[in-house]
Formats: sequence, C-alpha cells, structure tokens
Amino acid sequence: MTFAQQLLAFFYAAVLASVPLLYGTLGEILIEKSGNLNLGVEGMMYLGAIFGFLGGFIFDSAAMALLFAFAAGMAGAAIYAFITVTLKANQNVTGLTLTIFGTGAANFIGEIIKDSHAAGTVFISDKVKNVLLPLDMGILSDIPVIGKLLFSHSILTYFVIILSVSMSIYLNRSRHGLNLRAVGENPAAADAMGISVSKYKYIHILLGGGICGLGGAYVSLVTAVGNWQPNIIGGQGWIALALVIFSSWSPTRAIFGALIFGALSVLRLYIPKNIIDIPGALFSMLPFIVTCLVLIFSSIKQKREHQQPAGCGVNFFREER
Amino acid sequence: MKHDMPAIQLIGLTKTFGTVKANDHINLDVHSGEILALLGENGSGKTTLMNMLSGIYQPDEGNIFIKGKAVNIRSPKDAINLGIGMIHQHFKLVDLFTARENIQLGQRNNQAFSPDEVCKKLGLKTDLDKKIYNMSVSEKQSVEILKVLTRGADILILDEPTAVLTPQEIESLFKILRAMKEDGKAIVIITHKLEEVMNISDRVAVLHKGVNVGSIDTAKADRFVLTQMMVGRQVDLQIKRALAKTGDTILDVHQLSITAADGQKELQSVSFQLHAGEILGVAGVAGSGQKALCEAIAGLQEISGGSILLDGKRIDGLSPRDIIKRGVSMAFIPEDRLGMGLVGSMNIPDNLLLKTYREQPGILLNRKSAKNEAARMIEGLDISTPGLNTPVQKLSGGNVQKVLLGREISLSPKVLITAYPVRGLDIGASMRIYDMLNEQKLKGVAVLFIGEDLDVLLSLCDRIAVLSSGRLTAIVDSKFATKALLGMKMAGLRTDKEDAYA
Repeated sequence: MTFAQQLLAFFYAAVLASVPLLYGTLGEILIEKSGNLNLGVEGMMYLGAIFGFLGGFIFDSAAMALLFAFAAGMAGAAIYAFITVTLKANQNVTGLTLTIFGTGAANFIGEIIKDSHAAGTVFISDKVKNVLLPLDMGILSDIPVIGKLLFSHSILTYFVIILSVSMSIYLNRSRHGLNLRAVGENPAAADAMGISVSKYKYIHILLGGGICGLGGAYVSLVTAVGNWQPNIIGGQGWIALALVIFSSWSPTRAIFGALIFGALSVLRLYIPKNIIDIPGALFSMLPFIVTCLVLIFSSIKQKREHQQPAGCGVNFFREER
Repeated sequence: MKHDMPAIQLIGLTKTFGTVKANDHINLDVHSGEILALLGENGSGKTTLMNMLSGIYQPDEGNIFIKGKAVNIRSPKDAINLGIGMIHQHFKLVDLFTARENIQLGQRNNQAFSPDEVCKKLGLKTDLDKKIYNMSVSEKQSVEILKVLTRGADILILDEPTAVLTPQEIESLFKILRAMKEDGKAIVIITHKLEEVMNISDRVAVLHKGVNVGSIDTAKADRFVLTQMMVGRQVDLQIKRALAKTGDTILDVHQLSITAADGQKELQSVSFQLHAGEILGVAGVAGSGQKALCEAIAGLQEISGGSILLDGKRIDGLSPRDIIKRGVSMAFIPEDRLGMGLVGSMNIPDNLLLKTYREQPGILLNRKSAKNEAARMIEGLDISTPGLNTPVQKLSGGNVQKVLLGREISLSPKVLITAYPVRGLDIGASMRIYDMLNEQKLKGVAVLFIGEDLDVLLSLCDRIAVLSSGRLTAIVDSKFATKALLGMKMAGLRTDKEDAYA
C-alpha cells in the first residue's frame, strides 16, 4: 500500500470508530442542555447495543433493530428521568447506577442468548447487515478518494451527521430550543415564564437516551458486524461524556471531536511497526489520556457561552428559596 | 359596577411551613390604578403572600379573587394567564441570553405587546440585544419589568425592587411605576424601607408575623405610625453615632488592585486609611468589589497590586491565620448568612473554638473555656437559644449574626471588618448590632462597615468610602454627605460641581 492509500484507510477507519462516540455525545448534549448531567451514557449505549442486537436477531429486520435500540436507550433514560426529575435524587449517583445497570444487563442478556442457542448460530443475518453495514453506492463509491471518503459509509453514519446539524439548528434557532436552553441554564427563570420545566426535562432526557441507544446499536451491529461480544462498548460512553466537554456543548463541534477520538482509537493499526514500535496497550490508552487532558484544559475558564449549562447537576424545586 | 371590583382580593389566605404560620388568614384588596406598599419586617410573610399570587406556593386555606373571579393559581403559568406579573427580588433571568431572548421565553406568537413598543411607552432605554451578564442590576430590573408587561400583565408585584439600586435608579424606577399606575395597572410593591413607602405608594398594608395588622392611606400615615404597626411596639429609630476620639492610622490600604481568575478587575487601585476609634462605612451597589476588599484584608484573596499595612507593617501575602493573630477580625454576612464564618451544624462553643483552638496546648480540645465564653456571650448579647448545645443553624437570623459578630469581638481585634451585619434583621435586632459596633469604636477598635442602607451608613459611620465597579470614587465625611451625593458616586458619576470646575 502506498502512503496515500494508507492515509485514506486510516481516515476511513477513524470515521467508522467515531460514529458511536458521536451518537453518545449528541445524546448527552441534548440531556445536559435540559440541565441534567447523566453519567449513564455507557449504560444506555449498552442497552441499545444488546436490544438492537436482539431486535435484529429475533425479527430479522434492520428497522426493528434500530427501533429496539432507540427504545432501550430511552427506557434506561426514563428510569434516570423518573429518579432525578420526579423524585429529585442525586443526578451523579443515578447516572453512575444506570451505567452499572446497563453494562450488567447487556452482558447478562448476551450470555443467556449465547448459552441458549447452539454454538455459532447467534449472529445477525446478512439481510439486516446489508442495510446497516457501509453502503456501496455504485458509481459514486467508485470515484477515487472521494468515493471512499464520502460515499461508502453506513446509513447510520449519514444519519448521525444529519442529526447533529439538525440538533444545532433546533437548539440555537427554534423557539423550543430557546426554552430548552433556558430550562438548562436557569430553571427558575424558565418556570417563572410559564415553561413546564419537568416536561422539557423528560422529553429531552428520553430523546437523548434513545440517541445514545442508537450509538450502542452501531457498535453491536456495524463495528462488531452483528456478532455479540461481552463488554462490547468498552468505555466509549465515558469518552462520549468527555467529548461533550471537548465540543463545548455544540452538536456540530462534536463531529470534529468524535473524529479526533475515533482516529486516536484506531491509530495503533495504522502506524507501521517498523517505524514506531511501542506496545499496543499504550495506544489503547491514548483516547483516555487525551480525555484527561481535555478535562484539564477545559477547566481553564472560557467564554461563558461555551460552558456547561448552569443548571446542570442541580435538581429544580419550585418552592426552594 | 365592574370597575369597583378590586383587581386582587385575598380572603383568609393561610400558608404554613412546618409549624410556622407564614401567613395567617390574610385579607387584602388591591385596586386597579393604585400602588399598594406591602410593608413588614423580614420574615413577616410578605414574599410568601405574593408567591401565592404568582403560583410559586399553594395556599393551605383561603381564596384568591382576581377581578372578582375566584381563581386557583397552580403554577406561574396560571398567574401569567391571569395577568399577574411578579418581579422577584432575585431576578429570574437567563444570564447567557439577551434581553430579547429572555422576554421571548415560553411564549408562542401571541406576545401581547412588542418589547420595543413597551420600551417606548415607558421611556425605557434598554438595549434589547445586550446579554444579561453584561447588564447592570438596574438594567436587569428593566428587563424583568419588560418581561411581565409584554405579556399584557395588568397586576404587577415587585418584591423589594429597590434593594440593589442607587437612589437615582430608584427614582427612575418610581417614575416607571407611576406611569404604569396612570395606565390603570394594579401595583404591589414589597419593601421594608419606610421612606419609599411614603414616596411611592397610595396605600400601605402592614404585615406583622404573618398577620395583616391593617392598611391605611399613605397620606394619613407617617414613619412612626408605620414602624409601630410593623414592629408591634414603639422603637427609637435614631441610630446614634458614638463620639470617640479618632486615633492613629491602624490599617493603611494603598493602591490595592485585585484581578479575578477570569481576568475581571474586581478592585482598581483603592486607597484609604482606617483609624482607631473610627467607623469607616463602605457604600456601593452589590458587587462593586466589597467582597474582594474584605477578603483581601483578611488574607483570603490574592492581591495583584498595591499593599495593605497594619500598624505600618505589610500584611498582604500573609496567611489568614497570621492576619487574625495580628488582630484583624472579619464578620462577613453573606446572603445565606451561614455561608462564611460559622459552621451551621456546630453549636456556639464549637464555633468559638474554630478561631481559638490553636492556642490550646495538647492534642485534645478543652471545651470548658469555650463554653464559659459562649455562656458569657449569650448573656451579654442577649442571644436567644435553647441551650449551649443547639446547632447555630437552628437559631434565628438575628441571633446567628450576634454569634458571628460576638465571636469576632471576643478576640479583641484591632480591626473589625463587618459586611452587611444587619442583613435580614428586624429593626430591634439591627439597633442592637449598631450598638455593638459603637461599643467597639469607643474601645478604640478600627471598624470597617460594609453596608447597604445609605441612611444607616450616614448616621452610623464617621466617614464613608464609595465603591463603584471596583474603583473608589469618594471618601466623604458623613456629617456633610447626602444620599444624592453618595448615589451619584455609587453610579460612578461626577457631581455637577466637579463638572463645573472641570
């Protein structure tokens, strides 16, 4: 392979790896914009991964797979929303619990299916995979370089780009987006203007959870090519949480953040051993090390518009003074 | 018949928090085209009553009639739909948004009036596209007023709207209120400042301990009658300025500058001298750098320029503990009272120990001396507490403040810094605190008094320093100062006289 081909392959792999991160990030941005910090991204992605897998396996349909994944992520978020918005419990603890629950539930269900079927029979059919795996758009995909870069991705990849652009428009240009940001910044102010704080929180926490669920489905159906593996998400939900900060709560900046982190996570495979020979484990650490650096640098004060919604982490009681 | 209906009629309104009756069967009428002042001490239930009208609280008992119709106000949304607009003491604005965005919040396309129209009508010069966090307090207040008026509110409730304004800003607020009254709106203004009541209102209703003790036409009332209604007894309103001999310079603040972590200049070359046996007042609207000044002297805040000298020796850069040892004491009363200085869950002796335990020998605490000191303090300052072991957070605000100030005084400081020591106190308790400060002054202590109420500053302090956005704009002898002058300086304006010479 020439250097240019190598570079192209690296970039393509980076895109593949960045998609689930971007789903997780977008989901969490939507949730945090409503003033709730949900540390359960990893858990919701796990739920999406296993239920997306189950949906595809049982119904042999890509639409059902995605529907199941979205619903499962939403269900996880619904538990979180009920506990934090209605019962007003601590958001951090609830989110962490959701991560532990999602991870455990997904691995548990995965083991059950594998155990209850004959070896080698638990996988997603080609019919489903053909819809979800990277597309071949004929002539378009065959254009040199551009074809590979732009016209040979999974339908889920194109969808996530559309999602982040439309989310950006929704948040910054629409009336409901304005109300949502007000709820996240200062729920008391929103409440005084007659906005239903709980309603806004519920809707956006649930939608955000569903989006995280789609990210999980991408991992089990596309990244793992329809074969269930234990611990399949492997910390991507946590990286997504850091990406929310990295992209300073902007859905469009999140695209670039996810690409960078995606690239870091596949870098190991594209650096020739004869040039730099360092243990693979060090490469696997990279995304997490960069996450640490991001958290350190983002703690340095920035423009006020680029910071976490001020109401994040604090539950809203109308009667509190 | 219809315009005889009061805009608001409250009958037997009751609200209980735990065992406390915040409002006890309150009856009240407010008519259109009138400004009603709701007067009462802190904790008398004014805000609770109005919060029931704006949908924040639900009444336990009683009825609310709006324009003659019985209503049930379950949420702020209901209140808005009934034409009730409340301007809260702590503004409910989203800092990151522009004024216009704040006004648009939660509205569909049925905005009753455009904000530009309302601005024009009231003569407001608010820049609607300015972000709230770039606004001064009075600008923010204008946005709050715009918010309710654009929704077509014809009943306006203002909760202590003047607490954070300069006298000039208060006058222009009152102008707006009078214009709204002419427009036929019913206005309720909550306050505990008597002068404002006399100035703006048509009628006064007085609450005392959750009970409406009566309402009278402002024209028939005077300050003494109102105070008596408000406090429930006769009170000598005269704050005395103790006559003491001013001694040597104790504290010399020279060209002090402080820059916050985010690059904001909190203080810019502030210089003043504080003498023994003197009370130096510091006036300024909230957030003009008072907190930074106190913390710098106490060693809690790093300074970026200038020096602070105590008895001619530099103390800037020393640790807070060293500064306390040299005789500087600070009693800072934040808005939430307990935030700085006292640990709410600890009792009085333990809170006293916090400042003195290092002087004790050995590794175990000796509580006995602290208990004796606490008992002396309770006796001497007339602190009402169930016992020595009661956590201070269970005490009432006035008593908490006495404990805080009492502890600082018990260390016999050379310099006593007190910020907002009467915040939230009733008149009686406030007078007691002023007496304590005067006693210290007579003992030769140099007192720095950060205050809010200009009348108090003028009558209690010997000199008044005025801060305006981190700059010291004046130091005046309070015998010759006026409120108008202080207000001008607080706003950072030059006086006419200075302009004439300029």
